[in-house]
Amino acid sequence: MSITHSLTTSLSSSSSAFLAPSSFNSRGQVSLPVKSVSICKCVATPEAETAYKTGVTRNPNMGKLQAGYLFPEIARRRSAHLLKYPDAKVISLGIGDTTEPIPEVITDAMSKRSHALSTIEGYSGYGAEQGEKPLRRALASTFYSDLGIEEDDIFVSDGAKCDISRLQIVFGSNVKMAVQDPSYPAYVDSSVIMGQTGLYQKDVEKFANIEYMRCNPENGFFPDLSSISRPDIIFFCSPNNPTGAAATREQLTQLVQFAKDNGSIVIHDSAYAMYISGDNPRSIFEIPGAKEVAIETSSFSKYAGFTGVRLGWTVVPKQLLFSDGFPVAKDFNRIVCTCFNGASNISQAGGLACLSPDGLKAMRDVIGFYKENTDIIMETFDSLGFKVYGGKDAPYVWVHFPGRSSWDVFAEILEKTHVVTTPGSGFGPGGEGFIRVSAFGHRENVLEACRRFKQLYK
Amino acid sequence: MYNSSICSFMFSTNILQPRMVIARLSCTLKTHQNVRIGHCTKVPRNVNMEKLQHGYLFPEIERHELMHLEMYPHANVIDLGIGDTTQPLPTIVTSSMVDFVHGLSTATGYKGYGPEQGEKALRKAISVTFYKDLGIKPSEVFVSDGAQCDITRLQLLMGPNLKIAVQDPSFPAYIDSSVIIGQAGKFVDKAGKYKNIEYMTCGPQSDFFPDLPTISRTELIFFNSPNNPTGHAATRKQLEQLVDFAKVNGSIIIFDSAYSAYITDDSPKSIYEIPGAREVAIEVSSFSKFAGFTGVRLGWTVVPEELLYSNGFPVVHDFNRIMCTCFNGASNIAQAGGLACLSPEGLRAMQTLVDYYMENARILVDALTSLGLTVYGGKNAPYVWVHFPGSKSWNVFAEILEKTHIITVPGSGFGPGGEEYIRISAFGQRDSIIEASKRLKYLIYQEQN
Repeated sequence: MSITHSLTTSLSSSSSAFLAPSSFNSRGQVSLPVKSVSICKCVATPEAETAYKTGVTRNPNMGKLQAGYLFPEIARRRSAHLLKYPDAKVISLGIGDTTEPIPEVITDAMSKRSHALSTIEGYSGYGAEQGEKPLRRALASTFYSDLGIEEDDIFVSDGAKCDISRLQIVFGSNVKMAVQDPSYPAYVDSSVIMGQTGLYQKDVEKFANIEYMRCNPENGFFPDLSSISRPDIIFFCSPNNPTGAAATREQLTQLVQFAKDNGSIVIHDSAYAMYISGDNPRSIFEIPGAKEVAIETSSFSKYAGFTGVRLGWTVVPKQLLFSDGFPVAKDFNRIVCTCFNGASNISQAGGLACLSPDGLKAMRDVIGFYKENTDIIMETFDSLGFKVYGGKDAPYVWVHFPGRSSWDVFAEILEKTHVVTTPGSGFGPGGEGFIRVSAFGHRENVLEACRRFKQLYK
Repeated sequence: MYNSSICSFMFSTNILQPRMVIARLSCTLKTHQNVRIGHCTKVPRNVNMEKLQHGYLFPEIERHELMHLEMYPHANVIDLGIGDTTQPLPTIVTSSMVDFVHGLSTATGYKGYGPEQGEKALRKAISVTFYKDLGIKPSEVFVSDGAQCDITRLQLLMGPNLKIAVQDPSFPAYIDSSVIIGQAGKFVDKAGKYKNIEYMTCGPQSDFFPDLPTISRTELIFFNSPNNPTGHAATRKQLEQLVDFAKVNGSIIIFDSAYSAYITDDSPKSIYEIPGAREVAIEVSSFSKFAGFTGVRLGWTVVPEELLYSNGFPVVHDFNRIMCTCFNGASNIAQAGGLACLSPEGLRAMQTLVDYYMENARILVDALTSLGLTVYGGKNAPYVWVHFPGSKSWNVFAEILEKTHIITVPGSGFGPGGEEYIRISAFGQRDSIIEASKRLKYLIYQEQN
């Protein structure tokens, strides 16, 4: 449902020229991102001839970005599809947006906090930008007990995506980044915006000055670290979005050692850690030595369905130091105090309730539901003879379509089954030939989508 | 810049930080005795972070408050420092949030990710409520989690290769975010200014509006009206001059209207009341001060379609990209509350809140004026700007805190133009404001005799 909102908003927020029928070809072989850029230029040129222009130069980093951000782009194509088939019952397994209600034990706490704000004794204004103390304490004891992470190492935020951007601001423009390839596009895009990269190289589909660490079935979705040139910052998501691969203890130990040897900082994104089924580490801080090289960012979005409520956190250990010995946490604290004003106090009340015994059980139940969805999708593609990855430790299924363009597969599935997926190349060049299928959905929708997949590919 | 011994000393200093005595946490980094300098990464510290002077102003004040409470554990401290709202939210607003939250636990009422730009109904309500007849469309309104976050996102959008102008004094987030992004040069201690930032002096001699003919051209002009800390609301004529100035210079105004609900005279409440502003101005605003959403977190930014870069590219497209990439939308609960604020009943309730704080401001102004002090602001903003000629503002702050247990804000925290002034916030319970007025009267009466 929120996808519909996003669609409408995209329509209203874009220039109408974006949606001129003659510009859109849902089956076009031309790379969509390039076409979008062309559309932008077309929009600008006529206005430039007649309209007043400021003397402010456009930020060249913004100019480096290719196309819009991936998920609004998918929403736009979904919208175009609905224009073509107004009666289609579209099922969205594209963006990883949670669909099940938030458990009552959690919403009750948020209701109580909302009501309290209308009382003199219960009203609270600005909170500490780092988050409310009881919540920081609960996060430390729930997710990091026995790992040496203390409550004052934890910074509560309005979501991991916002924290990624704030971390990029801490590090500034003069650092080199490494990302898993494929990986969540916000790491690369925020790096471009910050000025850490060169131009986009179309031939290899990469930005210059970013180290893309290929993760594929051949290497167990973990990079061959011996072939990576030294980066300052390593964004590492485990369980990974989009592949679903969770790094083993041995792999994370290698990663920490690699960072130590190179004097790098790992930003470990553990947004899907609660989906891990086996004994793989759920936090980078389970690895000895990680506190000297790593930051961890996480979120309540996928655990508690807080995608619209907005609550996450970042751990910056005191032991993590810049090359001159200055603590990274001190700079992050400064950024949080200057560029942020704290997460919503109502969301924080909800987060605290999540970490109660009842709240934790409720979250595990919701996660269990989505994992069952994942199993259904896995079994479907497996039975159709596809090579299927992920699924075990993440609510995403990564399906291989060898030899095919992932945008073509995306378009084919949308056209013929009215199901939205996510093309793998949207996550980087290493995603080509795959599509990501999200398991977030109502059970009947997941079952129906799987029936349609079987109809299409049997 | 930092070597091991300095770090060791710093850690030692932090150990001496007082224990937490109030709910809000000090921003000072805490550590423990057993921490030693261990592995350093080879990642260089961001040179822009190194340029920053001191911590951010408001945590610094809080640090002073903590030290004061350590010294006087039983003191009844009244906080008129940070502009933090104190009155409960109206029931019409909280009940809409309660209803929305309840819906989140139902199959039909659950909502996940919203559009990063904000819910359509709220964008429309903002454009109709605040920009009626000013030509602002819902698609030009971007809902956020607060003005301070939007200021940073705008700075990120504009990038490091430009120059900003700010009112002096003004809200420190404009300058600090400029330093952080890399737009500013080094801090010059003697002048109290960063290089490459144009400080537009706003003092009583120029009616708190800059003398524009003396201002060098910059790409961005941050302009806050009603102004924090001075409380001055620019007149229509002044804003016309500002828009003309931006037009002639090809600059972009970032107009902060966070306090516009407090305007009581006929000063414009939005920059878009000025013809031509759509081509030169962005407006940032917030529910914090007129709805008490300081902890709930909701604001908005307006970026008109006619605002273009020098190459003709619309700024609104880039801002949309920043919102989609670096943000995931304001809390849907806060948005439900915001929508309720903009109902007829909600707006009446907001006005009651604003009136309450303005009565507080009047009480403070009357008390201080009766003592013969020169007092500005308080008329169109919930801040009072008091002149202490010849005195250092941090010294006045320290003296007031020491002798009356009242937290204020030293004017120099808002820039060099704030020296010799103190900002006193009118956000507080009525009885606290009355008590603070009595204490200030007593103190200043003592000083005068």
